[in-house]
Amino acid sequence: MIYNEEFETLPREALDSLQLKRLQQVVQRVYHTVGFYRRAFDEKGVKPEDVRSLDDLKRLPFTTKQDLRENYPYGMFAVPMSSVVRVHVSSGTTGRSTVVGYTKRDIDHWSELMARSFVMAGLTKNDIVHNAYGYGLFTGGLGAHYGAEKLGASVIPMSGGNTKRQIMILQDFGPTAICCTPSYALYLAEHGEEMGVDMKSLKLRVGILGAEPWSEKMRQEIETKLSITALDIYGLSEVMGPGVSMECQEGRHGLHIYEDHFIAEIINPDTGEVLPYGETGELVFTTLTKEAFPLIRYRTRDVTRLMREPCKCGRTHVRMDRVMGRSDDMLIIRGVNVYPSQVESVLVGIEGLEPHYRLVVDREENLDTLEVQVELSESIFESGEIRALQGLEKKIKKDIKDYLGVSARVKLVEPKTLQRFEGKSKRVIDKRTI
Amino acid sequence: MKVEQISIFLENKPGTLESATRTLRDANINIRALSLADTSDFGVLRLIVNDVEKAKQVLKDAGFTVGRTNVVAVEVPDRPGGLHSILEALSRENINVEYMYAFVERSGENAIIIFRFNMTDKAIEALQKKGFKVLPGEKVYSL
Repeated sequence: MIYNEEFETLPREALDSLQLKRLQQVVQRVYHTVGFYRRAFDEKGVKPEDVRSLDDLKRLPFTTKQDLRENYPYGMFAVPMSSVVRVHVSSGTTGRSTVVGYTKRDIDHWSELMARSFVMAGLTKNDIVHNAYGYGLFTGGLGAHYGAEKLGASVIPMSGGNTKRQIMILQDFGPTAICCTPSYALYLAEHGEEMGVDMKSLKLRVGILGAEPWSEKMRQEIETKLSITALDIYGLSEVMGPGVSMECQEGRHGLHIYEDHFIAEIINPDTGEVLPYGETGELVFTTLTKEAFPLIRYRTRDVTRLMREPCKCGRTHVRMDRVMGRSDDMLIIRGVNVYPSQVESVLVGIEGLEPHYRLVVDREENLDTLEVQVELSESIFESGEIRALQGLEKKIKKDIKDYLGVSARVKLVEPKTLQRFEGKSKRVIDKRTI
Repeated sequence: MKVEQISIFLENKPGTLESATRTLRDANINIRALSLADTSDFGVLRLIVNDVEKAKQVLKDAGFTVGRTNVVAVEVPDRPGGLHSILEALSRENINVEYMYAFVERSGENAIIIFRFNMTDKAIEALQKKGFKVLPGEKVYSL
């Protein structure tokens, strides 16, 4: 089944001309409504009228995460707040995160794309969706929720956390589909087993899993332990939220990018040069229909490749491979985006610490763990009191939780024991194997 | 009448304690009393040594984080109720004991207890008023 057969199976030529028409419109719109884009276009010496073919896209300036941060909170909005019906944020929960906005129509489009994604996973209105993505500022929860409602399925708005209760509801409410991160799906499977629940005999038959990179090996594990079909969904708040692309159950190889709403490019992250189809590089998105928060050539920093070959599901939209990594230092910890620089800015704001730290990321029982190792300064230990050190640890933990939205383990280490770096520092040790 | 105690911050990993004691041995410093407090992530080694200045210097040179604190050493009669009588005197004055550790004098007749109080001066005064023997630093260092 295909949710929007007309648009999802548009022949290439028709898709290209639709994209061009929409691109020309969005370029006009951002140039005249978003100060940042007017400046960026002028600096590059391009005018909206210069976009005559899809090939002209590469003449347009990129948008980076830094640009979004500098225009915090509403500087990138292309409509007045009176037209905005919702905001979300990405990466962390407060501080210099990125605020994104949606008009009523944006929410409608997003809901449709999520509905398309659910249908791609084989769901219909008869399904019951256990939505364990976090509700709130994070786009996952509400994005999946609206999509499932749009499809007409029944939604259990579970949100994250409280694993015991999740397992009880999985048993009692009989959901047929689950939305969460792949690592949480595994965590649920293993926790359920420990509780003596036969997780294979639940009514679940499909998992729509995303918000973090995962592997074929993890897929097999999830499918075996929960006895479901596990499919990959991709998205990012800046571009929309979950549902930018989705893996189809027929192909199970690559995620279809909804090309009537987004244009994807792959670039060389160092030079910005556009790479030919099939080559691996950084994924870049231009939004075609978004009203409140349109983006031109947004650099996702996700590394993947595009596949143009026809898919057996019949959809014509280009597929992206699984995200293979990042071209920056962003970490995804339990589905939350974390930049080492954010941790650093928390640490420098706390007295008694040296500006030397190391982040150790690991996965224990299928849940990501973050350990922050930071050097103690001599001044805080003058009195030799344990209480002062414990207070310091507590403060670091709390500030990281408050500003970044992730729980961290804090380890104070002796001064001058963490490695010093010249130039680009490697402060992150990621021990996870996925 | 105060005694200087040094505290060493120790990461919770094999070899750190040994490295601290080696540093002291190499500098020919004698430990009079010690206590090791631990949390899940780190430990704090508290020491009374024969040469505070030197110990502090060599430990710092060896890269340790060292703090110093004033504590009080009290001689306790080695009989049932000995410690209790001290604590009674303190609680009457509303003085809080933050931590304490004990060691026995070489002669074996008296125990010496090292106290860390929230109000050091007031505690010394209260103890002396009650006739307890508070030992001066020099005495403890050279025990």
